[in-house]
Amino acid sequence: MGLEHALGDTALTTTIDSAINWCRKNSLWPMPLGISCCGIEMMAFAMPRFDVARFGAEVFRFSPRQADLLIVAGTTTYKMATVVRKIYDQMPDPKWVIAMGACTSSGGMYRTYSVVQGIDQFLPVDVYVAGCPPRPDNLLHALLMIQEKIQRGESKSTPMTVAAERQEQQLLQIQGINNN
Amino acid sequence: MLTTVVERLKIQFSNSILEIREFRDETTIHIKKEDIVRVCAFLRDDESCLFNYCSDICGADAYSPENRFEVIYNLYSLSYKHRIRLKVFIDESDLHCPSVISVWPGANWPERETYDMLGIIFDGHNDLRRMYMPEEFEYFPLRKDFPMMGVPDSIPLPRK
Repeated sequence: MGLEHALGDTALTTTIDSAINWCRKNSLWPMPLGISCCGIEMMAFAMPRFDVARFGAEVFRFSPRQADLLIVAGTTTYKMATVVRKIYDQMPDPKWVIAMGACTSSGGMYRTYSVVQGIDQFLPVDVYVAGCPPRPDNLLHALLMIQEKIQRGESKSTPMTVAAERQEQQLLQIQGINNN
Repeated sequence: MLTTVVERLKIQFSNSILEIREFRDETTIHIKKEDIVRVCAFLRDDESCLFNYCSDICGADAYSPENRFEVIYNLYSLSYKHRIRLKVFIDESDLHCPSVISVWPGANWPERETYDMLGIIFDGHNDLRRMYMPEEFEYFPLRKDFPMMGVPDSIPLPRK
């Protein structure tokens, strides 16, 4: 952050950005959220036959605090939506979301009162994967698309702007003073 | 085997039985609502019945002006390996039904499910909370007058 503050968008900072994005895209740490049958295909995607390690995303973290890619793999009910959102909120920025399968993307065949008709109603989704469930290859393709997005510096999540960050730091300082 | 069960029931509870139906070797008996616990306890304990396993309890909505709901008890005997089905009518004006958890403790969750889906209140149940739907949900989804896509905004979604 400090370098951008000092130099702005110069040749040096944009080159560094590009290098950082290259590192990021090749070391994604997914947070697996296998909440129904898509989860099985997601496991296959991590196993040696399809081997997501080829793309540097093999470190499946079961803590959202250590992940930067959320794979929502399965039917998301209204009751589960709160949980999914909470996990997403716990992930550090920058972060990306894959909506895997028909149910997650649109409610799929569950056109009913209990299932959210697409998780984009409460989450910013970067890539949708078609299929019921999708083949692991399809999920690999989604991962490659996420990598392209990262290289371009895009994310649907809204990281804090510099101004908002400063504001929050000031607020924290004031609160700290009050607490002391 | 089941003829003995039916005969025993007829002798013991001639006033409680509304109807006995036989269809494809499955016996269904309609019981008066207020007698269901006594009938169940008898079926569990009687030497020639021994229905010691309550395999499922569910509800049905006929959407009729009278006797709209039914509670259905599917019983199984692990000793004799025979099955029987009991039914109880519940009218919309009085949604209460006696709970059978005193007979089979395993009836606890099936009764909760029936309450969650149809709104039938089981008297004597010790933990009649919702099973599948969120606790603050106000409707009963398996009733015929509930819209299939639900009531808009009845379950809050997290903010985007």
